[in-house]
Amino acid sequence: MKSKRSMRKDVMREGAKYKIERFAKDTLTHIFLIAVAVTCIFPLLWMVGSSLKTQQTVFSDMSIIPRNPVWSNFYHAWIQGGFGMYFFNSVLYTVTVVIGIVLVSSLAAYAFSRLQFPGKNIIFYMFLAAMMIPLPGSFVPLYVLMTKLHLVNTRIGYILCMINVGLSFSIYLLKTFFDKMPPALEDAARIDGCSKLGIWWNVALPLARPAIAVIIIFNSLNVWNEYILATLIFSSKSLMPLQRGLMIFQGTYITQYPLLMAGMTITVLPIILVYLFMQKHIIKGITAGAIVG
Amino acid sequence: MRTKATIENYLFVLPAVLIFSIFYIYPFYKVFTLSLCQWDGIANFNFAENFVGLRNFKELLFQDRVWWQSITQAGYITLIALTFQNAVALALAMACDRDIKGGNIYRVIFYLPPVLSEVVVGLVWRWIYDGNYGLLNHWLYNLGLGHLVRDWLSDPKTAITCVATIHCWKGFGWGFIIFLAGLQTIPRQLYEAARVDGANSWQMFKSVTIPLMIPVFILVSILTILGTMQVFVLILSMTGGGPGYHTEVPVTRILASMIGSSRFGYACSQGIIFGVILLAVSFIQIRLSRRMNKA
Repeated sequence: MKSKRSMRKDVMREGAKYKIERFAKDTLTHIFLIAVAVTCIFPLLWMVGSSLKTQQTVFSDMSIIPRNPVWSNFYHAWIQGGFGMYFFNSVLYTVTVVIGIVLVSSLAAYAFSRLQFPGKNIIFYMFLAAMMIPLPGSFVPLYVLMTKLHLVNTRIGYILCMINVGLSFSIYLLKTFFDKMPPALEDAARIDGCSKLGIWWNVALPLARPAIAVIIIFNSLNVWNEYILATLIFSSKSLMPLQRGLMIFQGTYITQYPLLMAGMTITVLPIILVYLFMQKHIIKGITAGAIVG
Repeated sequence: MRTKATIENYLFVLPAVLIFSIFYIYPFYKVFTLSLCQWDGIANFNFAENFVGLRNFKELLFQDRVWWQSITQAGYITLIALTFQNAVALALAMACDRDIKGGNIYRVIFYLPPVLSEVVVGLVWRWIYDGNYGLLNHWLYNLGLGHLVRDWLSDPKTAITCVATIHCWKGFGWGFIIFLAGLQTIPRQLYEAARVDGANSWQMFKSVTIPLMIPVFILVSILTILGTMQVFVLILSMTGGGPGYHTEVPVTRILASMIGSSRFGYACSQGIIFGVILLAVSFIQIRLSRRMNKA
């Protein structure tokens, strides 16, 4: 029979063994996670670092952070590279498209959820079907249509196209949100003599704020990063957004890496800032979005 | 009174329906009519005059070898994304699912590549891969691996795999988030019970995690396939489809037909065939998932 003391020793030894095992496991996990995290961040650091080098040092100085950062690259990219203009265009398109999507989709989603009219379900399922049926190359007929309507190389043409791109997903998300909302507040507003439009604007929209936040974030990212429609629709540089501008710059000044990297930093910076502030909403939204898809 | 209310209700959906009809339904219909025509996109379009029947489809299905090459290549990228990208995503999700320190920081970092645009990602990596000035070759030299140095994106042997790797780099964070959300719905008690029964980590993974995650696996694989098959902006910014046709994918071929050779009808028939392939793939996957859920 073992003495009490030696039994306790055994338990402690087991405990220590468990702790060591746990520590080893945690360390290995961290090494794995850190390695992947570094590969995620490194290209971005490389981009920012290179944007601070000169045309002479960029091919020889392989350090991440250059000793003498050349901030003037950003000035040149902004002015001569045209990235200031592209930046303005991107902001304009993102803001107008997102406002458009929120208004149009919330009106429709509210009607699908609360109002009665013949053919309601069919119309709603049409929007759903648009999300499910892949239509690769839909840009071909879209371009044909835009030419016909004389909307090629116009801001409004691009904005309308991009509103359509975000519409189905936003309507679906808002409708499911409205469906779960208790109608008591709207009833109260109706008794007070509020019109339908008034209820939508004063009651439903403020209550749907969480869903609208998701819609704003996702559509902003989507418009900011959009490339192909911008390529097909715009032929004047003065109308192009950043993504298109980057490809144009890359094609014209193929070896001007510091300026290109500065332009890319300008393109990416707003996205990263928005992402860092909004990451909780974003991560929630992806999970919701995946279930929709 | 009743009709007035109905009209008022219609007004709520009118803007959405209008935009949707013009920019989605009309192009959708137009794809089908254009696919039966030969048209350069400039001359006046007249359906009766430009009509060529199924000639576009015949050429596409039986003569266009580059088209089928592009589908095989998209399939290759998809295969890598399905296996490599999703395996990494699952491993990371499982690592973060244990209560590890700094889990949230990792989560934020892993989702960084997916929020970046494909143009930016493509251009950064294009330079890192560059044969003359690229960082990758620089490092290989310094590590004494000079024999591995090559022009990564211009070498037909490596170009497509390099592009696929970057596609995975950009995409794994998304799979990671979904896997993590799925893992967090598994009740802890199941793991405790398995441990009490003497199961080791591998057995727990095999008998608890995998069966409960099957719906998530199916969801992620459907979305990975649909997303990856249609990838193209990354390719435009990294290789532009080259060297030769070695990194062409279906959507870049559609663009080439449209812009490169001004064959709008042919481009539309490519879009239709590719859309049918995608629909078939997701249909098969949904059928498979139903069967697996029953078993």
